[in-house]
Amino acid sequence: MTLYRPPRSPLAALFLREIRVGRRIGGGSMLGVIFFLVLVTLTPFAIGPDLALLSRIAPAILWLSGLLATLLGLDRLFQADYEDGSLDLMLTSRTPLELVILTKCAAHWVLTGLPLVAAAPLFGLMLAMPAQDLWRIALSLLVGTPALTLIGAIGAALTVSLRRGGLLLAVLILPLSVPVLIFGVAAAAATESGLLPFATPMMILCALTLLALVGAPVAAAAALRQAGS
Amino acid sequence: MQPMRNYANPTEFLRLADVLVPIAAAITGLLLALGLYLSWFVAPPDYQQGETVRIMYLHVPAAWMSLFVYAVATSAALGTLVWRHPLADAAQKAAAPLGASFTFLCLVTGSIWGKPMWGTWWVWDARLTSVLVLFLIYLGLVALWQTIEDPGKAARAAAIFTLVGAVNIPIIKFSVDWWNTLHQPASVFRLGGPAISGAMLWPLVVMALAFTFLFLTLHLMAIRNEILRRRLRRLALLAVDAEDHAPDPSWEAALER
Repeated sequence: MTLYRPPRSPLAALFLREIRVGRRIGGGSMLGVIFFLVLVTLTPFAIGPDLALLSRIAPAILWLSGLLATLLGLDRLFQADYEDGSLDLMLTSRTPLELVILTKCAAHWVLTGLPLVAAAPLFGLMLAMPAQDLWRIALSLLVGTPALTLIGAIGAALTVSLRRGGLLLAVLILPLSVPVLIFGVAAAAATESGLLPFATPMMILCALTLLALVGAPVAAAAALRQAGS
Repeated sequence: MQPMRNYANPTEFLRLADVLVPIAAAITGLLLALGLYLSWFVAPPDYQQGETVRIMYLHVPAAWMSLFVYAVATSAALGTLVWRHPLADAAQKAAAPLGASFTFLCLVTGSIWGKPMWGTWWVWDARLTSVLVLFLIYLGLVALWQTIEDPGKAARAAAIFTLVGAVNIPIIKFSVDWWNTLHQPASVFRLGGPAISGAMLWPLVVMALAFTFLFLTLHLMAIRNEILRRRLRRLALLAVDAEDHAPDPSWEAALER
């Protein structure tokens, strides 16, 4: 610990704190990937081991699993801070709450979204996706999962004061995730022949993520302020 | 605590509502009677769809109302967030279940209409799917109201979610349309046929007005109930505060109701 140097900005400190806390609690990022793996493993049991069928619906399965795995731990995004009082410090600090939320989302995404992106090509192979199509699923998840985390942050902020807000959180945010799911799956399911386009859904997916990047922290901050007051 | 100031406007509203509710209810009754008569006995059967087309006079106004109610809820949400008006809180809370009901009515009548027309109760058509997502958003809103105990906090949380939904509904609509054209040829669902004729348009307009007044009546009544419910809660809290000892069970039982 003697080599530890304090980070320069409060946001960097917050980011490192979130990563540290996230890795120590609940198995850290591996648990999300394991959950992802379990969901992918269950699918063939549900629909049969037909490889042709599996490879056709693999993008859908991976995206649905990603959507569910992103929900993991989302209800604790602000709740732990709300319970131990850190949230009050964040509310009263001079750092804008919107940036604090963005930082917390970034840390949450690094711990839950990024491992999914890394694991997705492997799971795509398990679902008999052609190897040359794997980069599409990874890229679409890389671009799309931040939007899911950010939309989730709105729900997490709205349910922060609830003891059992997890289910309500899912009910609130999953309908709002419909556009991300549609364009994410469309980008992932695009074909080399160009019959199903890749660029169009990909760019709309980027737009959705950028929109969430701007809008979600504002909405989540408003929700946290009303919960804290 | 300045209960007098807080309730000044709601009191005015209660007085106004007592006058307006019977009038709105009477107009609703007249318009519904006229609209149902027109749509059942006067409007001609469609040359393609026959008598089944009559369900349109319930289905289409319900679909319009599902969006109209969301617009009302959005303006009430702005009232809550910008002016912190207790009346806006009540208007928001009253609108959510009404919107969910109209959306549900739209889905059910659409489904009943779809069975003879498309041969199936449900298709993943773009419109149906968007309305289904809207229904889910309404249900989430109702759940949010029911879960957060403090009415003020519930109102602000619901207001934020309503506004987030208002931004998202057009995006969802666009996404679902895009998804639908990608997955299914749109031509299958162009069974609507000819542009609507005057003989069919008039019953539809009357029914749409009837539904609007039905919503206004129910909304006013629900807001009135909500104000009274809040007053009861406030009075109960004050009564509990006033007593030094714990409240006796019978008083508590009265609170539960």
